Amino acid sequence: MHSDRSAPLGLKIAAAAGLLFLHLPILLIFLYAFTTEDKSYQFPPPGLTLQWFAVTWNRPDVWQALSLSVRVASISTAIALVLGTLCAAAVSQTRFFGREAISLLVILPIALPGIITGIALRSAFSFADIPFSFWTIVLGHATFCIVVVYNNAVARFRRVSGSLMEASMDLGANGFQTFRHVILPNIGTALLAGGMLAFALSFDEVIVTTFTGGQQSTLPIWMLQELIRPRQRPVTNVVAMIVVIVTFLPILAAYYLTRDGDQIAGSGK
Amino acid sequence: MSAVAQDRSILPSGGSVASRVSDFLWKHPHVLLAILLGPPLLWLGIIYLGSLFALLLQSFFSIDDYSGLINYQFTLATYGQLLNEANLDIIIRTVSMAAIVTLFSIIIAFPIAYYAARYARGKWKAFFYLGVMLPLWSSYLVKIYAWKLILAKEGILTWLVTKLNLLWLLDAWLSLPVIGGNSLSVSYTGTFIVFVYVWLPFMILPIQAALERVPSTLIEASSDLGGTPRQTFRHVLLPLALPGIVAGSIFTFSLTLGDYIIPQIVGSSRLFIGQAVYAQQGTAGNIPLAAAFTVVPIVIMGFYLWAARRMGAFDAL
Repeated sequence: MHSDRSAPLGLKIAAAAGLLFLHLPILLIFLYAFTTEDKSYQFPPPGLTLQWFAVTWNRPDVWQALSLSVRVASISTAIALVLGTLCAAAVSQTRFFGREAISLLVILPIALPGIITGIALRSAFSFADIPFSFWTIVLGHATFCIVVVYNNAVARFRRVSGSLMEASMDLGANGFQTFRHVILPNIGTALLAGGMLAFALSFDEVIVTTFTGGQQSTLPIWMLQELIRPRQRPVTNVVAMIVVIVTFLPILAAYYLTRDGDQIAGSGK
Repeated sequence: MSAVAQDRSILPSGGSVASRVSDFLWKHPHVLLAILLGPPLLWLGIIYLGSLFALLLQSFFSIDDYSGLINYQFTLATYGQLLNEANLDIIIRTVSMAAIVTLFSIIIAFPIAYYAARYARGKWKAFFYLGVMLPLWSSYLVKIYAWKLILAKEGILTWLVTKLNLLWLLDAWLSLPVIGGNSLSVSYTGTFIVFVYVWLPFMILPIQAALERVPSTLIEASSDLGGTPRQTFRHVLLPLALPGIVAGSIFTFSLTLGDYIIPQIVGSSRLFIGQAVYAQQGTAGNIPLAAAFTVVPIVIMGFYLWAARRMGAFDAL
């Protein structure tokens, strides 16, 4: 819906205030990364310095946590991409009994609170005598990443016209060729966007990871420990700022990839 | 090339293995469906539903008070324990927090969603979209950390309030029972603010999606028929936005019910359901009671989702 009249002043103020409320706290993180104060959260900062960036750079625990997070997120994203796309293809291309239930099943891992997924997995691992490892973290992450890929892929499948596939078949392509040359180019950007969001989701996940990680620290777990028992606050400030910057990039990329989703070949019908 | 293509479209089966497999799948769509659905269903079915089921099963066991070991016999004693005064207190506290957080999220989200849906276009539309998406996707812990910086006694909020000569107001608020505390970062008020902040984008997006679908002619028709802006809002806009509001509230409600990190970092020492689950399975080692606690949000969300579905909220997601 659209209106040609301009918005009432009250609405403008309320909307602007809401957006400010969403953004100012994140901006504050940037300021605190440069503060000279290292004992408290004093505002305004007594002075500004760059020294904490060097200190953070030389902290091996930060690097280990970062590397674990990146590895977990990459593998979980890869698994989620395969499973999410398969599921989306099945749900959008065919009609079958229980189709609604499938969508619900895929959404369930994020619709239910993360603590339930976490404790369920933990008790299942202890039940089956599976020791905590890199793979137990991946198992949890991939499960709730599927839905992000699935949502993106389903939305795009809906727009890819069925007549395109029929045309491809009519012209003699087999199912695999149709997939490779017709379907994949059309859903490619949606998958890339879904993959990036899945990566961001896994990279940031903390609740499920506390239950499936054992002694290992991903970057969010490292941050959580610093939040509960601060050791060196300025290092936490710097890491927080870097995390903000690193997560913004895939989100912006995903936005630009799916932005033109409406202009897909065959969607005009 | 075209000759080959024509050839194949006429002949029932091609030569290569790939096309034979493809033809087979074309003729047997059920096999194709099984191949497509098999892996994701096995993954979600075994890993997710299997674990969930195992967890729920454990809530029917009990813990031996003396040895601290799990007694594998069917009993409802653990559920009885769930309903004692201290635990019931935790449940009521969490559910009322979830309800208040949801209510305030709706109030703050609606103007943003309404402006974005009705008045923003072109560049502003993208601006609003990213303005909601970036906070939604930025790190959960960083967002909580930012509020710890803001709400701390020596932080920016106290500084601002002092500059505005309103310190007496803040002190009066903090001296209130229940919602007050030593400073905002160890009070329910602080917990509430952080909950609203962190879940707000989940409310804005579905409301905006619902409002986008309201034809502007409907609103014009309402005012043509003499409806005041207030009446139009009450009788036209709000009912049409309701599925979006309900969809958003699924997120704010469910996320608040299960969260244990926000009340742990910003809040008083009184527990929420998530913290109780965490404490029961960790330090206390009472998995059955922890499992029984997780049943509470599952049951509440089950009813919620069922009601939401009847109101058509899933179309607005």
